[in-house]
Amino acid sequence: MTTVVCRCEDITEEDIVEAIEKGYDELEKLKRHLRLGMGPCQGKTCLPLARRILGRETGKSVEEMGDPTSRPPSQPVSFSLLASLEESEVDE
Amino acid sequence: MLTFFLIFHNLRKYFYRKPKLENTVLEMSERRIFEHPILDFDRGDEFYFDFEGEKVKAYEGETVASALYADGLRKFTESKKLERPRGFFCAIGKCSSCIMSVDGRPHVRTCVTQAEEGMEVKRHGSKPKFPEVDIGRGKERKEKKIEIAVIGGGPAGLMAAIVSARNGADVHLFDEGDDLGGQLVKQTHQFFGSHEEDAGTRGIEIGKELVEEARDVGVNIHTETKVLGYYEEKKITVEEEGRLTIYDTEGIVYAGGAIENYLSFENNDLPGVYGAGGVQTLMNEEGIVPGDKVLMVGSGNVGVIVSYQLLQAGVDVVEVIEALPEIGGYQVHASKIRRAGVPISTAHTIKKAIGEEKVEGAVVQKIDENWEPVEGTEREVECDVICLAVGLSPDTGFLRQADCEMEYIGELGGYVPLRTEDMMTTRRGIYVAGDAAGIEEATVAALEGKIAGAALFEDLREETEDTRKSKEEAKEGLVPVVLSMRRCADDWGLRPILLNHKKGDLRMSRISILPSSFTKGVNCG
Repeated sequence: MTTVVCRCEDITEEDIVEAIEKGYDELEKLKRHLRLGMGPCQGKTCLPLARRILGRETGKSVEEMGDPTSRPPSQPVSFSLLASLEESEVDE
Repeated sequence: MLTFFLIFHNLRKYFYRKPKLENTVLEMSERRIFEHPILDFDRGDEFYFDFEGEKVKAYEGETVASALYADGLRKFTESKKLERPRGFFCAIGKCSSCIMSVDGRPHVRTCVTQAEEGMEVKRHGSKPKFPEVDIGRGKERKEKKIEIAVIGGGPAGLMAAIVSARNGADVHLFDEGDDLGGQLVKQTHQFFGSHEEDAGTRGIEIGKELVEEARDVGVNIHTETKVLGYYEEKKITVEEEGRLTIYDTEGIVYAGGAIENYLSFENNDLPGVYGAGGVQTLMNEEGIVPGDKVLMVGSGNVGVIVSYQLLQAGVDVVEVIEALPEIGGYQVHASKIRRAGVPISTAHTIKKAIGEEKVEGAVVQKIDENWEPVEGTEREVECDVICLAVGLSPDTGFLRQADCEMEYIGELGGYVPLRTEDMMTTRRGIYVAGDAAGIEEATVAALEGKIAGAALFEDLREETEDTRKSKEEAKEGLVPVVLSMRRCADDWGLRPILLNHKKGDLRMSRISILPSSFTKGVNCG
């Protein structure tokens, strides 16, 4: 029986409930412990669902759950792009 | 209220038919739609690309994911740890469920990648290899100074770009897709807004008109680009044509739209469980049917409209289920699908999806007034697609990177940025419009865009006759409702969060309305 919450990182509802029981009771903590929302979609799909589960399990309000930090890149990007040089550094 | 709805006279004849509409012709061997009562799929040249050693047919303009789906592929990738089969989900490049290896490059989102002749596409499974080909170093990085960046080319972004560009600003509009128009390009239904010019026009037409207007007024349009992040001093990084460009902007309108909500139930990740927007993209934009029998989860406007669109495309909608005790969407839409013989079951939820490699059915169950499933009411529904129409959440990652203050507002679908009546966030020069500001619909998005574009222009340059009028006109069509009042970190004092409703919207009655003079007074208290 599998109910997936984070499709990118393969995190199930069971994983989240288990983590909450261990004390990871904020979104940022769940993210650091499980990699929730750290895959290629950057939490776009899983965070609203994780928020609902966290609320159900802990009775916390949305404000108490916190909101994980968003950092660039927001989308999948290739290494070659990040490794590109500044224009002035390019040898002709 | 009903006077705002346009009766779909020209579609009436279809209401009384059984779900399979005669006008829709599917080619037997594939899933492409060749004749449709409303849409005309103008396919380009036919060509082939390689998928794991097999030739797959595609038409110019199709994405890799659509061509593969039309060919019958359902499993696009294998999940990373549990190694479960996955299909596409959102079809607009948000969820990353359709990633494959394209020409040796892993992790390519195939739903936003155009198919090309001779392309080599492979599934990379749960552990993709490092690129097998030399993908080079990337072109040199560039930095460009521009005046206004508009992020997102849906109705909100297009309107914002049009207004600021026609007043003389140097405007650059960035969008991920190859077509602009946002979600409008897949709306085959007519809009029934109180807004005179849009009423009675189908979403697809409004989208096209806006794109044309944007080009006419000189908006610099960047399609197939990815806005990667926000950096200090209003700089944004953008990937376009394989190059990283840093745009140094003076002002930004963020109109990045929304993300489809996901739902938890057993096997909810099986290929065949799709977001309603994903189904719309596939069906109305790409001309490909998602399956034969669809179970629709959610009876809000999206759920009932997409159900009707599925019927138009010749797909059987076996049932619509709704967790609430009543139908969420407008009655006119719900009645249409009921007349077509589709049962709508309220106070029902989905318990599980059945299937190993893809959806082969579903188990639905009644729920009581406390949202608890009622034992013994489980029943199986035969279907090959489970379509989730369970709401949207604003896509606000960019705004959070920009440190705009956010607040969770359930009525707006999640975290939304605090903003003024003019749609400016708590960061000077950063504006927001459309679903990213809170889930509403296309008319509201366009009006918000109009306000944001005009206000940003005034901010950077000066008030003109046109900006003043644009703001006035747009605000006339909206009823701002104060949902929250917060003291901001900047020195501007209290700031209300305004929910913009279209005039005449039913839901308005549920929220108390403060006089607009009140909201004006507190903007810069």
